[in-house]
Parts: sequence; C-alpha cells; structure tokens
Amino acid sequence: MQVRFEGVCKTYRRRDGAQVEALAGVDLQVAASEFVCLVGPSGCGKSTLLLIAAGLIPASAGRVVFEGDASGRPRTAVVFQEFALFPWRTVLDNVAFGLEVRGVPRAERYERARALVRQVGLAGFEHRYPHELSGGMRQRVGIARALCVDPAVLLMDEPLSALDAQTRQLLQEDILRVWEATRKTVLYVTHNIQEAVFLGDRVVVMSRRPGRVREVLQVPFLRPRTEALLADPEFGRFCHRIWSSLKEEARAALEEAHGDGSPS
Amino acid sequence: MATEVRRDVVVLEAQREPGPRAWSPLLRGASLAAVVAVWELASRLGGLPAVFLPPPTAVAAELAGMAASGELWRSLQASLFRIVTGFLVGTGAGVLVGTAVAVSPVAEAVADPLVAATYPIPKIALLPLLVLWLGIGEASKVAVIAIGAFFPVAVGTAAGIRGTDPLLVRAAVSLGASPLQVITKVRVPAALPVMFAGFRLAAGMSLLLVVSAEMIAAATGIGFTILHAGDLMQTSKLLAAIVVLSALGLLSSWGLQALERRVVRGRPH
Repeated sequence: MQVRFEGVCKTYRRRDGAQVEALAGVDLQVAASEFVCLVGPSGCGKSTLLLIAAGLIPASAGRVVFEGDASGRPRTAVVFQEFALFPWRTVLDNVAFGLEVRGVPRAERYERARALVRQVGLAGFEHRYPHELSGGMRQRVGIARALCVDPAVLLMDEPLSALDAQTRQLLQEDILRVWEATRKTVLYVTHNIQEAVFLGDRVVVMSRRPGRVREVLQVPFLRPRTEALLADPEFGRFCHRIWSSLKEEARAALEEAHGDGSPS
Repeated sequence: MATEVRRDVVVLEAQREPGPRAWSPLLRGASLAAVVAVWELASRLGGLPAVFLPPPTAVAAELAGMAASGELWRSLQASLFRIVTGFLVGTGAGVLVGTAVAVSPVAEAVADPLVAATYPIPKIALLPLLVLWLGIGEASKVAVIAIGAFFPVAVGTAAGIRGTDPLLVRAAVSLGASPLQVITKVRVPAALPVMFAGFRLAAGMSLLLVVSAEMIAAATGIGFTILHAGDLMQTSKLLAAIVVLSALGLLSSWGLQALERRVVRGRPH
C-alpha cells in the first residue's frame, strides 16, 4: 500500500492557550514496500506526522491518502519509542492483543503470535512479563505486536531511541531482516542519521518547527545491507551530507527552544 | 620490620554482603509474646481486678467457651453476613460508578458534586435514617456498610482509571481496540493496583461500620456482643470479642492480598 501526505498541517493549543504550529504543509509519498526514514531536529513534528498517519490524532489541514490495498487488513500499526507494552500481559498476550480485539479465535491468534515471537528472536520468552525483559527484548515484543495484525503500513516512532548503542545496532539488523522477509511499507521516524541511512530506501529531512519536508534523498546503498556498510567511507560521506542539511536547522531549533522555553 | 604507612594510598577493602536477617521474624513473634506475658503477669501477680483487665488465659478460656456453646458462631455468622453482603454491594457499585466517572465527562459532571458532598459524612450518622427507610432488620445494616465501602472504591477506581498511562491507551487504539475494549482491556487492568488500595480501605470501613451498627441497632453480631458484655461487666467476653475482630481484620487483609497477587499480574510484588 502506498501512503500520500497532501499538505498535512497540525496546529495545537498549548496548555497556556498559545497556538503552536507543529507541521506546516507536509507533502510526501511513500511507495508500496518502500522503507522511508524521517529525520529532523527535535521538536520538528516528525512524530506528530506519524501519529496522524496512524489515525491517532487528526490533521488540522490537508490529508493522508492510503491507496492500493483492498485486502481489508489493518491500514497501520505503530511501534512506539517507549515500547508501550501492557505490563499485565505476557509477551504472547501482548503480541496477540491486536488480533484479540479484532475477535480472532484464541487458538488462531496464539498460533500467529507464537510465529511472530519466534521471528523477532524471543522464542522461549512467550510467558514472561515485560518487566522481566531487557529494553531490547521489550522493543522486539513491540515490533512483533505491531506486525501481528499484518498492517499494510508499519509506522515506527523512534523505536530504538530508548535503547543503548549496542542493542540499537543489533535491533537495526533485526529490523532489516524482518523487513526483507515481509517487505512492508514502512515509515520510520528517527533522529539518528546513521540509522536512517542504514535502514531506509529514502531519507526525508524535515525542517525545524513548524515542520515541512526540506529535502528527500535516495539512499544509494544496495540491499541486503549488513553492518559492513557502517565501515564504508561512502556511508560516512552520505551521512555527513544529510547532517550538513540538518545542522543549521538543528542549531536554530536548539536556540529557539532556549528562547521561548517551550518543551521540544 | 614495620611497613611504611603511605598517606597517598586509599584502599577500599572487600566486604561480605550482609545476609538475610534470620532473627527478624523471631523478634516480631517475641514482641507480641512479651506483651501477652507481661499482661498475664500483671493480671495474676499485680492484683489488677479481673473486671478491669482479665488475664489473656481467661480471655482464651472465654473464647473457647463461646465457641463450644455456639455463641461465637452465631455472632460471627450474623456479622459476617452483614460485612460480606455490604462489602460486595458497595465495592461493586463503587467499581461501576468510579469507572463511569473516569471515562465519561457527563457521568463525572453528575457524580462529582454528589460524591464531594456526601463523602465527608461519617457513614454511621446515616444509620438512623436508613433504619427509618429500611427498617431495623438486616437491610439497614447492610446498606450502611455498602455506603461506607462504596466511597473509597469509587474514588480509587476513578483515580486509577484516570491515571492510566495515555501511551497504553494510544497503543491499544492503534491496534484496533474499540472504546469499550480500551476500558475493559487497558484502563481497568491498569487501574487494578489503585483499585485494590480502595478495596483494602473498604474492608476496614466495613469492619468499623458493622461493629458500630450492631452496637446501635442489633441484637446479634460481634458488635452487639461487645456492647452487651460491657453492660454486664463480662470483661473476658468483651475482650474475646475484640480478639475475634482483630482476627477478622487480619483475615480480610490477608485475603485481599492473596487475591491481589492472583489478579494483579506482571508487576514485581
């Protein structure tokens, strides 16, 4: 399924009554089975854009068009930065949640959930509770839970930001492996440029708030990618090229954040 | 030869990890036993008249006598019926109203002022009114306990459900949960620990109210036994009934703890 953002704007009212413009007309197209990464300075509204695509918050203007999938499966599923697992549910029951609320019979949903738990490398942990798992394992559960409903589009909101650098690297490779197997349309928000380049087919650079698309870059590196890519000088050059585009925005965003004291 | 003391070296030596304190439960048992022993000695040797403070052995003997004659079981049965019925009705209504108030702005607007105005009333003050309405029988006593149990549960449930991590709600909605499923599968499970705090308060309230109600308007029950024994200066019987109340309080608290451990999953206890 392809996703098209057409002039998506978001203005919200802060607690003190001030109007904040988070997104100012985002136009972006994500092709079917494409992995698109969204980078931008903190507070640029990239997560807001993702939540709008997920239908969790409405856009103030513009629209998001989903096209080319009449299979009736769920449009989107979200992987959250803070995992957002249900602490009172086991790994298996977390993963099966989406099917459970859709009324899929018990045996069928557990069978599918078990397969996904295996796919993300958590076989043997089906009956553990989230608090018994490490951060990396928790996010694997988060990924399996989103994939379990077989969404047409997978939305990932800084899924690795809460993890340490080594775990992040391992999970990046796992995400690629799972994506190669499923070829889902993915919209992936991150503030980590290396991550965006390592994972994505295209990298979308957003401006500081109010966010709009500043630049879209085609990632030139062939798939399947391995961690060897990280040592490639071309990889470093490409990342630096994105950083140059992002740097002035990030610095300006930092100074503005200091100026009005608003949270990022 | 003496070693030279260097002033520029600091050494942090390894230490043994402190082991579990095996004496702690012993000390706990010992403190209770010591109080009972001092009480026994004071009654027997100190010349305290038994009508003021009979020795623990006399209280135990009285309790055994009440059990043998069946008086204990009759009182206990009457009180337990009132406590359990009132507690169940009150907590059931409290869970429903608390949930409604937390999820519906309309219900909140309707119920909030009512709860705020009635919560501070000491519930036993309502008993005469309830007796007027429902008669002197079981209904008025059950009702006052139900009202007492209702408030902490309603307030706890509402607070717990309102306090649900919005991220979990968002995750459930993104996975396709309906508004009703968000309540039953996310908000209520997330609120359970806070709800149990309300249940514990409600259990204490039930015990307090059953005794008060039975002292005011009953001819059976533990509360009645205490009042009646006091009137007749049967101090051992009075104390035996208090011991029964203490046991009831402990048992209800243990029961709720056991239930909580079964129901509240996935968090370290």
